[in-house]
Amino acid sequence: MEQFHGESLSWELKNGVVELALHREPCNEIGGLTLEELEKFVSALDSFKDSAHALLIHSQMKPGFCAGADLRELYHRSLELERKEAVRGVRDYLERIHKVMNAIDAAPLTTIAAVHGVTFGGGFELALVCDLIIADKMARFCFPELRLGLIPGFGGIPRLKRDLGNAVVRDLLLTGRSFNATKAQQIGLVSQVVSEGEALRAARATATQLSKFDRRTAAAAKEFIKPIPYEELRREIDIFCELFLQPAVQAGLRKFVESEDAQPYLP
Amino acid sequence: MNEIMKTPQQTLEEIMNLAAAHFKVPREKLTPDDDFFKTLGIDSLQTLDLLTKLENHFHVELPDYELQGVSDFRTLASRIQSRL
Repeated sequence: MEQFHGESLSWELKNGVVELALHREPCNEIGGLTLEELEKFVSALDSFKDSAHALLIHSQMKPGFCAGADLRELYHRSLELERKEAVRGVRDYLERIHKVMNAIDAAPLTTIAAVHGVTFGGGFELALVCDLIIADKMARFCFPELRLGLIPGFGGIPRLKRDLGNAVVRDLLLTGRSFNATKAQQIGLVSQVVSEGEALRAARATATQLSKFDRRTAAAAKEFIKPIPYEELRREIDIFCELFLQPAVQAGLRKFVESEDAQPYLP
Repeated sequence: MNEIMKTPQQTLEEIMNLAAAHFKVPREKLTPDDDFFKTLGIDSLQTLDLLTKLENHFHVELPDYELQGVSDFRTLASRIQSRL
Protein backbone atom coordinates (compact mmCIF):
# COMPACT_ATOMS: atom_id res chain seq x y z
CA MET A 1 0.00 0.00 0.00
CA GLU A 2 1.81 3.13 -1.21
CA GLN A 3 -0.54 5.48 0.51
CA PHE A 4 -2.69 5.35 3.60
CA HIS A 5 -4.64 7.94 5.52
CA GLY A 6 -5.71 6.80 8.96
CA GLU A 7 -7.10 8.49 12.05
CA SER A 8 -3.81 8.68 13.90
CA LEU A 9 -1.23 8.44 11.14
CA SER A 10 -0.75 8.52 7.39
CA TRP A 11 1.96 7.45 5.02
CA GLU A 12 2.91 8.04 1.43
CA LEU A 13 5.66 6.71 -0.81
CA LYS A 14 7.05 9.40 -3.10
CA ASN A 15 10.33 9.45 -5.03
CA GLY A 16 11.77 6.55 -3.07
CA VAL A 17 10.97 8.07 0.31
CA VAL A 18 8.21 6.84 2.61
CA GLU A 19 6.90 9.62 4.83
CA LEU A 20 5.03 8.47 7.92
CA ALA A 21 3.13 11.38 9.50
CA LEU A 22 1.69 11.16 13.02
CA HIS A 23 -1.43 13.24 13.55
CA ARG A 24 -3.41 12.21 16.59
CA GLU A 25 -4.60 14.88 19.05
CA PRO A 26 -3.19 16.12 21.35
CA CYS A 27 0.38 14.86 20.89
CA ASN A 28 0.28 11.48 19.13
CA GLU A 29 -0.24 9.44 22.30
CA ILE A 30 0.12 5.78 21.38
CA GLY A 31 -3.01 3.85 22.34
CA GLY A 32 -4.91 0.98 20.75
CA LEU A 33 -5.84 2.83 17.57
CA THR A 34 -2.35 4.16 16.86
CA LEU A 35 -0.93 0.72 17.53
CA GLU A 36 -3.34 -0.85 15.02
CA GLU A 37 -2.35 1.69 12.39
CA LEU A 38 1.35 1.23 13.13
CA GLU A 39 0.85 -2.52 12.65
CA LYS A 40 -0.77 -1.78 9.31
CA PHE A 41 2.24 0.33 8.40
CA VAL A 42 4.69 -2.40 9.39
CA SER A 43 2.75 -4.89 7.24
CA ALA A 44 3.22 -2.52 4.29
CA LEU A 45 6.93 -1.97 5.03
CA ASP A 46 7.96 -5.11 3.21
CA SER A 47 6.39 -3.88 0.00
CA PHE A 48 8.59 -0.72 0.07
CA LYS A 49 11.81 -2.77 -0.07
CA ASP A 50 12.29 -2.43 -3.80
CA SER A 51 10.84 1.01 -4.32
CA ALA A 52 12.10 3.05 -1.35
CA HIS A 53 15.47 3.87 0.16
CA ALA A 54 14.39 5.98 3.12
CA LEU A 55 11.66 6.30 5.71
CA LEU A 56 10.91 9.60 7.46
CA ILE A 57 8.80 9.69 10.59
CA HIS A 58 7.46 13.06 11.68
CA SER A 59 4.58 14.67 13.52
CA GLN A 60 1.96 17.08 12.25
CA MET A 61 0.91 18.00 15.77
CA LYS A 62 2.08 21.33 17.15
CA PRO A 63 3.04 20.23 20.72
CA GLY A 64 5.59 17.73 19.50
CA PHE A 65 6.69 14.48 17.95
CA CYS A 66 4.95 12.11 20.37
CA ALA A 67 4.14 12.18 24.08
CA GLY A 68 4.41 8.39 24.42
CA ALA A 69 1.89 5.78 25.50
CA ASP A 70 -1.73 6.85 25.96
CA LEU A 71 -1.71 6.77 29.75
CA ARG A 72 -5.37 7.72 30.04
CA GLU A 73 -6.36 4.72 27.92
CA LEU A 74 -3.98 2.46 29.85
CA TYR A 75 -5.39 3.61 33.18
CA HIS A 76 -9.05 3.25 32.21
CA ARG A 77 -8.50 -0.19 30.68
CA SER A 78 -6.63 -1.38 33.76
CA LEU A 79 -9.56 -0.26 35.95
CA GLU A 80 -11.96 -2.43 33.99
CA LEU A 81 -9.94 -5.58 34.48
CA GLU A 82 -8.78 -7.82 37.32
CA ARG A 83 -5.09 -7.28 38.15
CA LYS A 84 -3.93 -10.48 36.47
CA GLU A 85 -6.00 -9.77 33.39
CA ALA A 86 -4.69 -6.21 33.31
CA VAL A 87 -1.10 -7.45 33.34
CA ARG A 88 -1.93 -9.92 30.56
CA GLY A 89 -3.42 -7.05 28.56
CA VAL A 90 -0.34 -4.90 29.15
CA ARG A 91 1.96 -7.74 28.11
CA ASP A 92 -0.04 -8.30 24.93
CA TYR A 93 0.10 -4.57 24.15
CA LEU A 94 3.88 -4.48 24.76
CA GLU A 95 4.50 -7.59 22.63
CA ARG A 96 2.62 -5.92 19.79
CA ILE A 97 4.39 -2.56 20.08
CA HIS A 98 7.78 -4.29 20.33
CA LYS A 99 7.01 -6.15 17.11
CA VAL A 100 6.31 -2.81 15.42
CA MET A 101 9.41 -1.14 16.85
CA ASN A 102 11.66 -4.09 15.96
CA ALA A 103 10.33 -4.12 12.39
CA ILE A 104 11.07 -0.41 11.90
CA ASP A 105 14.44 -0.82 13.63
CA ALA A 106 15.41 -3.67 11.26
CA ALA A 107 13.87 -2.20 8.09
CA PRO A 108 16.29 -2.32 5.14
CA LEU A 109 15.54 1.37 4.49
CA THR A 110 17.48 4.17 6.17
CA THR A 111 15.11 5.61 8.73
CA ILE A 112 15.01 9.19 9.99
CA ALA A 113 12.97 10.65 12.83
CA ALA A 114 12.32 14.37 12.33
CA VAL A 115 11.35 15.56 15.79
CA HIS A 116 10.13 18.76 17.44
CA GLY A 117 8.66 19.65 20.82
CA VAL A 118 7.64 16.86 23.17
CA THR A 119 9.50 13.62 22.41
CA PHE A 120 8.71 11.75 25.59
CA GLY A 121 8.50 8.14 26.72
CA GLY A 122 7.18 5.96 23.91
CA GLY A 123 7.67 8.88 21.52
CA PHE A 124 11.35 9.01 22.43
CA GLU A 125 11.45 5.24 21.96
CA LEU A 126 9.91 5.56 18.50
CA ALA A 127 12.62 8.08 17.57
CA LEU A 128 15.26 5.70 18.96
CA VAL A 129 14.37 2.93 16.53
CA CYS A 130 15.32 5.23 13.67
CA ASP A 131 18.84 5.31 12.23
CA LEU A 132 19.08 9.10 12.45
CA ILE A 133 17.32 11.68 14.59
CA ILE A 134 17.03 15.22 13.27
CA ALA A 135 15.69 17.62 15.87
CA ASP A 136 14.44 21.17 15.76
CA LYS A 137 15.94 23.24 18.54
CA MET A 138 12.68 23.26 20.51
CA ALA A 139 12.62 19.45 20.76
CA ARG A 140 12.66 18.02 24.26
CA PHE A 141 13.41 14.43 25.21
CA CYS A 142 12.47 12.59 28.38
CA PHE A 143 11.86 9.19 29.92
CA PRO A 144 9.31 10.11 32.61
CA GLU A 145 8.29 6.51 33.36
CA LEU A 146 9.91 6.30 36.79
CA ARG A 147 7.51 9.01 37.92
CA LEU A 148 4.77 6.44 37.40
CA GLY A 149 6.65 3.62 39.09
CA LEU A 150 7.51 2.04 35.74
CA ILE A 151 10.41 1.73 33.34
CA PRO A 152 10.17 2.62 29.64
CA GLY A 153 8.32 -0.25 27.96
CA PHE A 154 8.71 0.25 24.21
CA GLY A 155 12.37 -0.78 24.05
CA GLY A 156 13.84 2.48 25.30
CA ILE A 157 16.57 1.32 27.66
CA PRO A 158 18.13 -1.38 25.45
CA ARG A 159 18.12 0.96 22.46
CA LEU A 160 19.49 3.89 24.43
CA LYS A 161 22.23 1.59 25.77
CA ARG A 162 22.98 0.56 22.22
CA ASP A 163 23.58 4.18 21.21
CA LEU A 164 24.93 5.92 24.33
CA GLY A 165 27.16 5.43 27.34
CA ASN A 166 25.64 3.76 30.37
CA ALA A 167 26.18 6.83 32.60
CA VAL A 168 24.04 8.98 30.31
CA VAL A 169 21.35 6.31 30.21
CA ARG A 170 21.29 6.17 34.02
CA ASP A 171 21.02 9.96 34.23
CA LEU A 172 18.06 10.10 31.84
CA LEU A 173 16.29 7.11 33.32
CA LEU A 174 16.86 7.60 37.05
CA THR A 175 16.26 11.35 37.22
CA GLY A 176 13.37 11.38 34.75
CA ARG A 177 14.53 14.82 33.66
CA SER A 178 13.91 16.22 30.24
CA PHE A 179 16.67 17.64 28.07
CA ASN A 180 16.83 19.74 24.96
CA ALA A 181 18.05 19.11 21.41
CA THR A 182 21.44 20.73 21.98
CA LYS A 183 22.14 18.39 24.88
CA ALA A 184 20.82 15.47 22.81
CA GLN A 185 23.32 16.32 20.11
CA GLN A 186 26.16 16.71 22.63
CA ILE A 187 25.59 13.20 23.98
CA GLY A 188 25.45 11.73 20.48
CA LEU A 189 21.77 10.99 20.25
CA VAL A 190 20.77 13.55 17.64
CA SER A 191 22.64 13.89 14.36
CA GLN A 192 21.44 17.38 13.38
CA VAL A 193 19.85 20.28 15.26
CA VAL A 194 17.98 22.74 13.06
CA SER A 195 15.90 25.90 13.52
CA GLU A 196 12.35 25.76 14.76
CA GLY A 197 10.06 24.15 12.19
CA GLU A 198 12.92 22.99 9.96
CA ALA A 199 13.33 19.34 11.02
CA LEU A 200 11.20 17.83 8.25
CA ARG A 201 12.89 19.91 5.56
CA ALA A 202 16.33 18.83 6.84
CA ALA A 203 15.17 15.20 6.99
CA ARG A 204 13.96 15.39 3.38
CA ALA A 205 17.30 16.85 2.31
CA THR A 206 19.07 13.99 4.09
CA ALA A 207 16.78 11.46 2.40
CA THR A 208 17.74 12.94 -0.99
CA GLN A 209 21.41 12.48 -0.12
CA LEU A 210 20.74 8.83 0.81
CA SER A 211 19.27 8.17 -2.63
CA LYS A 212 22.79 8.49 -4.12
CA PHE A 213 23.97 5.27 -2.49
CA ASP A 214 23.42 1.67 -3.44
CA ARG A 215 20.44 0.44 -1.45
CA ARG A 216 21.79 -3.03 -0.76
CA THR A 217 25.10 -1.63 0.53
CA ALA A 218 23.29 0.80 2.83
CA ALA A 219 21.12 -2.03 4.16
CA ALA A 220 24.18 -4.24 4.76
CA ALA A 221 25.98 -1.41 6.58
CA LYS A 222 22.95 -0.81 8.75
CA GLU A 223 22.57 -4.48 9.64
CA PHE A 224 26.27 -4.61 10.56
CA ILE A 225 26.37 -1.56 12.84
CA LYS A 226 22.89 -1.60 14.36
CA PRO A 227 22.17 -4.97 15.96
CA ILE A 228 18.80 -5.32 17.66
CA PRO A 229 19.16 -6.21 21.37
CA TYR A 230 16.38 -8.83 21.35
CA GLU A 231 17.37 -10.49 24.64
CA GLU A 232 17.29 -7.21 26.58
CA LEU A 233 14.06 -6.19 24.88
CA ARG A 234 12.41 -9.40 26.11
CA ARG A 235 13.71 -8.74 29.61
CA GLU A 236 12.32 -5.20 29.48
CA ILE A 237 8.80 -6.54 28.87
CA ASP A 238 9.13 -8.92 31.84
CA ILE A 239 10.34 -6.17 34.20
CA PHE A 240 7.63 -3.77 33.02
CA CYS A 241 4.91 -6.36 33.67
CA GLU A 242 6.33 -7.19 37.13
CA LEU A 243 6.35 -3.50 38.04
CA PHE A 244 2.88 -2.88 36.65
CA LEU A 245 1.36 -4.86 39.54
CA GLN A 246 2.69 -2.40 42.13
CA PRO A 247 0.07 -0.17 43.79
CA ALA A 248 2.36 2.81 43.15
CA VAL A 249 1.75 2.43 39.42
CA GLN A 250 -2.01 2.71 39.72
CA ALA A 251 -1.56 5.70 42.03
CA GLY A 252 0.85 7.33 39.57
CA LEU A 253 -1.45 6.74 36.62
CA ARG A 254 -4.45 8.05 38.57
CA LYS A 255 -2.54 11.20 39.52
CA PHE A 256 -1.65 11.76 35.87
CA VAL A 257 -5.19 11.11 34.59
CA GLU A 258 -6.89 13.23 37.25
CA SER A 259 -4.52 16.16 36.86
CA GLU A 260 -6.31 19.34 35.85
CA ASP A 261 -3.39 20.33 33.68
CA ALA A 262 -4.05 19.55 30.03
CA GLN A 263 -0.57 18.06 29.70
CA PRO A 264 0.78 17.16 33.15
CA TYR A 265 4.31 16.45 32.01
CA LEU A 266 6.33 18.18 34.71
CA PRO A 267 7.30 16.00 37.69
CA MET B 1 35.67 34.43 24.06
CA ASN B 2 34.88 35.52 27.60
CA GLU B 3 31.36 36.76 28.01
CA ILE B 4 30.70 39.37 30.63
CA MET B 5 28.71 37.84 33.47
CA LYS B 6 25.10 38.94 33.47
CA THR B 7 23.77 40.55 36.61
CA PRO B 8 20.71 38.95 38.26
CA GLN B 9 18.67 41.96 37.15
CA GLN B 10 19.77 41.52 33.53
CA THR B 11 18.88 37.84 33.66
CA LEU B 12 15.46 38.65 35.09
CA GLU B 13 14.80 41.29 32.41
CA GLU B 14 15.86 38.97 29.62
CA ILE B 15 13.60 36.19 30.92
CA MET B 16 10.59 38.49 31.04
CA ASN B 17 11.36 39.90 27.58
CA LEU B 18 11.69 36.40 26.16
CA ALA B 19 8.51 35.13 27.83
CA ALA B 20 6.53 38.16 26.63
CA ALA B 21 7.73 37.72 23.05
CA HIS B 22 7.26 33.94 22.97
CA PHE B 23 3.77 33.93 24.44
CA LYS B 24 2.74 37.23 22.82
CA VAL B 25 1.94 39.01 26.07
CA PRO B 26 2.61 42.77 26.38
CA ARG B 27 5.94 43.13 28.21
CA GLU B 28 4.58 45.84 30.50
CA LYS B 29 2.07 43.35 31.94
CA LEU B 30 4.87 41.22 33.42
CA THR B 31 6.45 41.89 36.81
CA PRO B 32 9.17 39.89 38.61
CA ASP B 33 6.87 38.41 41.25
CA ASP B 34 4.07 37.43 38.88
CA ASP B 35 2.82 33.86 38.86
CA PHE B 36 3.89 33.22 35.29
CA PHE B 37 1.46 30.33 34.83
CA LYS B 38 -1.36 32.83 35.37
CA THR B 39 0.12 35.91 33.71
CA LEU B 40 1.21 34.05 30.62
CA GLY B 41 -1.79 31.70 30.72
CA ILE B 42 0.37 28.62 30.16
CA ASP B 43 0.17 24.95 31.12
CA SER B 44 3.04 22.59 31.94
CA LEU B 45 3.62 21.74 28.29
CA GLN B 46 4.12 25.40 27.42
CA THR B 47 6.33 25.71 30.48
CA LEU B 48 8.61 23.12 28.89
CA ASP B 49 8.64 25.30 25.78
CA LEU B 50 9.66 28.27 27.90
CA LEU B 51 12.36 26.18 29.59
CA THR B 52 13.79 25.17 26.21
CA LYS B 53 13.72 28.80 25.02
CA LEU B 54 15.55 29.91 28.16
CA GLU B 55 18.13 27.12 27.95
CA ASN B 56 18.83 28.00 24.31
CA HIS B 57 19.02 31.71 25.07
CA PHE B 58 21.29 31.51 28.11
CA HIS B 59 23.23 28.42 26.89
CA VAL B 60 22.57 26.59 30.14
CA GLU B 61 21.04 23.28 31.07
CA LEU B 62 18.34 23.50 33.69
CA PRO B 63 16.87 20.18 34.87
CA ASP B 64 13.10 20.52 34.98
CA TYR B 65 12.95 19.24 38.58
CA GLU B 66 14.72 22.46 39.60
CA LEU B 67 11.61 24.28 38.43
CA GLN B 68 9.34 22.27 40.68
CA GLY B 69 7.32 24.74 42.72
CA VAL B 70 8.78 27.72 40.85
CA SER B 71 6.06 29.97 39.51
CA ASP B 72 7.49 33.50 39.56
CA PHE B 73 10.04 35.15 37.26
CA ARG B 74 12.33 36.23 40.08
CA THR B 75 12.91 32.67 41.38
CA LEU B 76 13.21 31.38 37.83
CA ALA B 77 15.90 34.01 37.20
CA SER B 78 17.83 32.96 40.28
CA ARG B 79 17.79 29.30 39.14
CA ILE B 80 19.20 30.32 35.78
CA GLN B 81 21.70 32.75 37.30
CA SER B 82 23.13 29.90 39.39
CA ARG B 83 24.07 28.07 36.19
CA LEU B 84 25.58 30.95 34.22
